[in-house]
Amino acid sequence: MTEACHSQWQYNFAFLDENTKRMLRRALLKAVAIPGYQVPFGSREMPLPYGWGTGGIQLTASIIGQDDVLKVIDQGADDTTNAVNIRRFFARVTGVSTTSSTAAASLIQSRHRIPETPLQPGQIMVFQVPEPEALRTLEASEVETRKLHAHQEYGLMHVKLYEDIARFGHIATSYDYPVMVNDRYLSSPSPIPKFDNPKLHMSPALMLFGAGREKRLYAIPPHTRVESLAFEDHPFSVQRWEQACALCGSHDSYLDEIITDDAGARMFVCSDTDYCQQQQEGKA
Amino acid sequence: MSQPVLSVSGLTKDYGNGQGCFDIDFELYEGEVLCIVGESGSGKSTLLTTLAGRLSADAGSVRFRDRAGSSHELTTLAEAERRRLARSEWGFVTQHARDGLRMNVSAGANVSERLMALGQRHYGQLRETAAQWLEKVEISRERLDDRPTAFSGGMQQRLQIARNLVTQPRLVFMDEPTGGLDVSVQARFLDLLRRLVHDTGIAVIMVTHDLGVARLLAQRTLVMQQGRVVEAGLTDQILDDPQHPYSQLLVSSILQA
Repeated sequence: MTEACHSQWQYNFAFLDENTKRMLRRALLKAVAIPGYQVPFGSREMPLPYGWGTGGIQLTASIIGQDDVLKVIDQGADDTTNAVNIRRFFARVTGVSTTSSTAAASLIQSRHRIPETPLQPGQIMVFQVPEPEALRTLEASEVETRKLHAHQEYGLMHVKLYEDIARFGHIATSYDYPVMVNDRYLSSPSPIPKFDNPKLHMSPALMLFGAGREKRLYAIPPHTRVESLAFEDHPFSVQRWEQACALCGSHDSYLDEIITDDAGARMFVCSDTDYCQQQQEGKA
Repeated sequence: MSQPVLSVSGLTKDYGNGQGCFDIDFELYEGEVLCIVGESGSGKSTLLTTLAGRLSADAGSVRFRDRAGSSHELTTLAEAERRRLARSEWGFVTQHARDGLRMNVSAGANVSERLMALGQRHYGQLRETAAQWLEKVEISRERLDDRPTAFSGGMQQRLQIARNLVTQPRLVFMDEPTGGLDVSVQARFLDLLRRLVHDTGIAVIMVTHDLGVARLLAQRTLVMQQGRVVEAGLTDQILDDPQHPYSQLLVSSILQA
């Protein structure tokens, strides 16, 4: 894999050097072996700032091969700034083919969404995670949160959900909704809407999570139990809309509200652009 | 007589500079309040934190008998087991309520936290239990959703008591719980505490520098000076007839009512 890519600057395949990729793959193996456990890794400086997806890019770089087909999503869309730039970056430093089709992709990097089209066995999702520690807002000390994970003391997470209900009457956490992976480790599913949480449960695809600034990665292997936390009398539920998508008419996808003029007119459209397009083509 | 909840023998924690606590022996039974009095730096808090397993002991043994009747040697207990006991069988009330409370979540969440840690997952029941405990510590039910930052010092301290007693622990450690309270609030707080101890039958080890607190609450008292117990016995006995010169000094320093 050491052959030079097509770039005029002669970067190594997928930008990172081979030793770094090996280090990342070792960490990934451990992460897959212990579902939901946060594995530390030596995060490298990337040619874009922290917060723009450096964790996800490093994971993608460490596992991408020449035969892979890459899809990058930002806010569900394939044509937003971050998605376009990361896709172009990998096209340049690896030469692999890219796609916007979920079904055609073997590797999907994402921050905010899991595609509506069901994932298939063999596909890999890579998430860009800003804060891998679900307990962080409640417990500032890393030493303490690691102990809480080690001793499986997760009462604290329910304190947050309790507080939500006490204040808003329902669990108001709508994204980055905490999950229990394989009945053992409490994990942050990255800032996906809780609408996407059920897609993590028993997914046939491998889910990898990378946080560049926090230098942690973790994984949800295929066919792993993923349970969203809740109370017995306030069970987990996902968002629902009264409208259908204004473009494709879908009733069961995650909708974005878009303001269309200064008078406050608005429309609801699918957040997943690829799915929306397929639905439109299917009708036509 | 029943078995002691806690039996301590030869307990030593040496900081290496002459500070610490040395060769402590006592036994504590259910429903009993034991006060540890002494001046600042006499090793009271060191003793308390060592007993609670937050500091590792250098010598001696601390045996704790849990609800099920099995005995644990606390000085060599694995951390996982110690944390389990701390969650389910012990409480720890700190001098400053903000060290023992979560200041950024509501009173209800504070009281429910230990229940949730033990696996209770029914919001309605948690809330009802929390409200009952607030009333037990004389805080109105309406304050359930207020944050402790909106509470007075005395209320915060009572909230801390509720948060610790909600799981009905067998043993509660208290480190100068009346330290920051003014005299009238302190009196009501001690009254409440005495009632709760009486009703629930918990054992309490309380560190204080105030013999008045010991007189109101404790059946037995240890007097500490320079890391050693200089006098131990029934509180009334120590107050009426102190034997050691230091105890005599302490007793004579109480204002006669």
